[in-house]
Amino acid sequence: MLEIKNLHVNIEGKEILKGIDLHVRAGEIHAIMGPNGSGKSTLASAIAGKDIVEITEGEINYMGENLKDMNPEDRARKGLFLGFQYPVEIPGVSLVNFMKTAINENRKFKGLEPISASEFLKMMNEKQELVGLHAKLTSRSVNEGFSGGEKKRNEIFQMAMLEPLLAILDETDSGLDIDAMKIVANGVNKLKRSYNATILITHYQRLLDYVIPDFVHVLYKGRIVRSGEKELAQELEEKGYEWIEEEV
Amino acid sequence: MNASQDKLLAKVTQADYKYGFYTDIETDAFAKGLNEDVVRQISGKKNEPGFMLDFRLKAYSHWKTMKMPEWAHLTIPEIDYQDIIYYAAPLQKPTLGSLDEVDPELLRTFEKLGIPLEEQKLLSGVAVDAVMDSISVKTTFKETLAELGVIFCPMSEAIREYPDLAKKYIGSVVPYTDNFFAALNSAVFSDGSFCYIPKGVRCPMELSTYFRINMANTGQFERTLIIAEDDSYVSYLEGCTAPVRDNNQLHAAVVEIVVLDNAEVKYSTVQNWYPGDKNGKGGIYNFVTKRGLCKGDHSKISWNQVETGSAITWKYPSCILKGNHTTGEFYSVAITNNYQQADTGTKMIHIGKNSRSTIISKGISAGHGQNSFRSLVKVLKTADNVRNFTQCDSLLMGDQCGAHTFPYIEVENDSAVLEHEATTSRIGEDQIFYCNQRGIDTENAIGLIINGYAREVLNKLPMEFAVEAQKLLQISLEGSVG
Amino acid sequence: MNLLTSVTEIKQQIIEQFEKHADELYNGTGNRINRFRKQALDDFNRLGIPTAKNENYRYTPVDRFLQGSYDLDLKANPFRIEPEDVFKCNIPELDTDVLLFLNGFYYGSGRPLNVPDGVVICSLNEASERHPDIFQAHYSKYASTSEDGLVAMNTLFARDGIFIYLPDDAVLRRPLQIINLSHSFNNLRITRRNLVVAGKNTAASLVICDHTLCEQSYHINSLTEIVLDDHSHIDYTRIQNENNLSAQINNVFVNQQSGSLFNSHIITLHAGLSRNNFYVNLMAPFCESNLYGLFLCDRKQHVANYTLMNHDSPDCLSNQLFKGILDDEATGTFNGKIHVRKDAQKTRAYQRNNNILLSSASKMNSKPHLEIYADDVKCSHGATTGQLDNEALFYARTRGISEKEARHLLMYAFANEIVSEISVDILRERIIEMIDKRLRGELSRCNNCDIHCTS
Repeated sequence: MLEIKNLHVNIEGKEILKGIDLHVRAGEIHAIMGPNGSGKSTLASAIAGKDIVEITEGEINYMGENLKDMNPEDRARKGLFLGFQYPVEIPGVSLVNFMKTAINENRKFKGLEPISASEFLKMMNEKQELVGLHAKLTSRSVNEGFSGGEKKRNEIFQMAMLEPLLAILDETDSGLDIDAMKIVANGVNKLKRSYNATILITHYQRLLDYVIPDFVHVLYKGRIVRSGEKELAQELEEKGYEWIEEEV
Repeated sequence: MNASQDKLLAKVTQADYKYGFYTDIETDAFAKGLNEDVVRQISGKKNEPGFMLDFRLKAYSHWKTMKMPEWAHLTIPEIDYQDIIYYAAPLQKPTLGSLDEVDPELLRTFEKLGIPLEEQKLLSGVAVDAVMDSISVKTTFKETLAELGVIFCPMSEAIREYPDLAKKYIGSVVPYTDNFFAALNSAVFSDGSFCYIPKGVRCPMELSTYFRINMANTGQFERTLIIAEDDSYVSYLEGCTAPVRDNNQLHAAVVEIVVLDNAEVKYSTVQNWYPGDKNGKGGIYNFVTKRGLCKGDHSKISWNQVETGSAITWKYPSCILKGNHTTGEFYSVAITNNYQQADTGTKMIHIGKNSRSTIISKGISAGHGQNSFRSLVKVLKTADNVRNFTQCDSLLMGDQCGAHTFPYIEVENDSAVLEHEATTSRIGEDQIFYCNQRGIDTENAIGLIINGYAREVLNKLPMEFAVEAQKLLQISLEGSVG
Repeated sequence: MNLLTSVTEIKQQIIEQFEKHADELYNGTGNRINRFRKQALDDFNRLGIPTAKNENYRYTPVDRFLQGSYDLDLKANPFRIEPEDVFKCNIPELDTDVLLFLNGFYYGSGRPLNVPDGVVICSLNEASERHPDIFQAHYSKYASTSEDGLVAMNTLFARDGIFIYLPDDAVLRRPLQIINLSHSFNNLRITRRNLVVAGKNTAASLVICDHTLCEQSYHINSLTEIVLDDHSHIDYTRIQNENNLSAQINNVFVNQQSGSLFNSHIITLHAGLSRNNFYVNLMAPFCESNLYGLFLCDRKQHVANYTLMNHDSPDCLSNQLFKGILDDEATGTFNGKIHVRKDAQKTRAYQRNNNILLSSASKMNSKPHLEIYADDVKCSHGATTGQLDNEALFYARTRGISEKEARHLLMYAFANEIVSEISVDILRERIIEMIDKRLRGELSRCNNCDIHCTS
């Protein structure tokens, strides 16, 4: 599904990623861990197509296509979802309106008619329940005045609505209390299918108690320095990132 | 702004003006130029009573002593007032009995604009007065309204049929001495809409005037008068379009509103005159004086406007809050794109006790547009317990445009509470990327964000208008992100 | 006063006064000051005294305060004054270097100044002769005479004032306190002309106290040019305490270079007319400029603060906060403008004006204007005019505080937002004390001078 080969990325002329290789298949959950500043969010931005990211070497292939010249909305329409570390506020645009626009744009891309009002409403209710998003939030402006936990839950809600093939959740667990995190994890687990995949980007191991990854990668100073199965996360938690530092 | 957005900006800001067609229709027009004879002829064409001619002549001689105002933050090229046609009317039969007698070409024109004049096709609850090149061509639902005592007719007809009302109110809110453009309008106005709501009547349908400039080199000078008697209510809509032309055309209208005890008038405008092309060529000069007088206690005037057209806009819909417990509102979205310039805002003059005013202005500048908000909130000594809230926000798209705010706040009464807030922002690249990531392309993302930004104002518009306005905003701006 | 002298007549009087005393002025002043007079005369003749027709003076009736006749003092009076004797504004605990001015003339300091080597602090006239290079490079360079008649008038009559020069890296440890006194037996036109040149990485705090010592009417025209080179830091605190017959026009031109910081506090406790004009030019990136103003006025006083914050360069920050409390028939004006030039991206510019009207005859006009030609900016302005918060008053009273005390408390809190920004502790406390007294009506005559004038 996703194949990253020797990816080098600059941001404002500075090299942040220095040769990443990553292979994600359908049905898998990958966790990418690493200390602050190791390049985790940059990797997510590169996959989603943020324009400040400059790919200097290597390539990202998604569903057999090189993403190099693809704009972010087409990537999204082909099933790529990024849960933002800092979800963006859009004043005056209600979440309902925002989601309806997004769904219809995605449908148009697939050659489908716009969703009917009743179907959309049904879908909203269903997915809200799934992530425990309070109904009153959907009439408010996107992320405006949302608490930290509400913003993160809103990201999972949107993921549920858009039903992506590959979801990248960037620090979706940060700043959440344990209950909120369980809700997020629950959402991720419930949405797991044999045909989709998830990349969890996280600083801490605790999310991985609730979402069991198939693979764990440690990103350090722009490189994946270790890959393994879920035990690697445990080991990292016990020994801390200093351990990696020493190893490297 | 990245390269793809740049391209998009270029592509969409050059989108065609949808209403730019010209209707080939027989027209009765004067020669270019303005003198006392022209003023007399206009009055003559209309079979006006003597008092109206007097008014026009006084206005004309006063106008000759005046100069164009220079204080606005606008660059206005020299206007040759002798190079304008002051009267042009679609040739028609002397009186119109029914729609069958209207020139079919005219009907098609208004249909093209989305304004069907055939009553059976009308959206329920909207009565339309269609004005082309200064002349009212057709007023719908006249009879239905007449049953309630509501008068909704062309201004020229009102002057003939209801001279007492006309004499009493024309020039009572905007005297011909008020300003250069009001004086000009008072001398040469050819038509417009007249609207009278009798005591105690809540007008059951929206009244709408649709203005269309068709002929080349003509100035449009219409005059609208709305009178709301005690305990009455009316919602009034105004729309405007013009053909695409390379030379500029002048539009100098006057709107007067008088509201008596407990009455309310809601005046909504979607102004979509031709704004000129992407290089700033052509477009309408829109110099308009709109003013309402809250004469009676507990009366209310609400101005709602969406301004997307015109090469230059000079317009300050105002409220004189003379009665006690009166309310004035001004909700505005103004867009300047390409080389458009706008200097617009409002005046709230508080004279009555416990009067309230609210001003919400959302300016959007893109391309090389210059967008100025200008307001005056004045609290006179007599006006106890006044409250005013003003919010003027500016949104900048691109680094070639400008956004300016010039509020004046004058308080002479210590019981007043006035608040003024203003912010300046731009559409964040992070907002666009967030939308992109959900599969929404940049054009739609901008439309979404702009409509969100302007929501407070759009919400104030009547339903059918709001939808039109929303589309208009998107068309006017798509792609022009910075 | 129905028979007001017209602005044209006032202008004529002033020009005649200049012509009558021109020889004396030219002879008593250095050529580097004199050489600007001719242009200034032409400009003043053309511009005259600003009236309400001038958009920037729309609400300030300057002419109303310039009625009657005024003498001109052309040289310093011979008598000696000991600052400590006549005037107790110098704050004992505040360790400052005190400089005294009488009617616009420099009377020096009571004791030797404790300043680093190379720092020059002296009379303007003296500096024009002794430091010609520095003087010539800056004098009258920022204050253009071609736009405001009152600036032209200052340049026309300029005779003396303070000159401060800080060579690169010079830091003044103690605040420099400049005391401007007005004292005479006749009405007087006083011109003060100051120049402050701060080199790279310098720092200084200026505390300026304006006082009238008698009940004559003064027409004071003060103009200060301040130049801040890279990474310099100037604090400018001014306390105005003048009688009700006085009109002070205070023009401050600030020119900031890269990374410099300018903080200004104008506290107007008392004045017939006080008009402060700030023209700040942020000429290079990363400048910061903070303008704060507080005025308390009553009777027929008029206080006007005008600002023009010019963001000429990217990445600069400016703040403006002006507050006023008006009682009786007092009138006030805030006329502020932020101008952001096309390439001044990443500008952050904020402006706020809050006013409280205590009486039905007081009036406040506010014009918080923005002109913005760059898109990546954060600009905001806000203005409020109102009364003391009734809810808060009630709340305080339910806690047993008397209404009078509660009102005082709220006014004091309102004023404190400005004063709390003053960085010198003792000075701040002293100002707080003066405001407290002013608000209690104990400062109805200009404070603390031994001459108890009644106006």
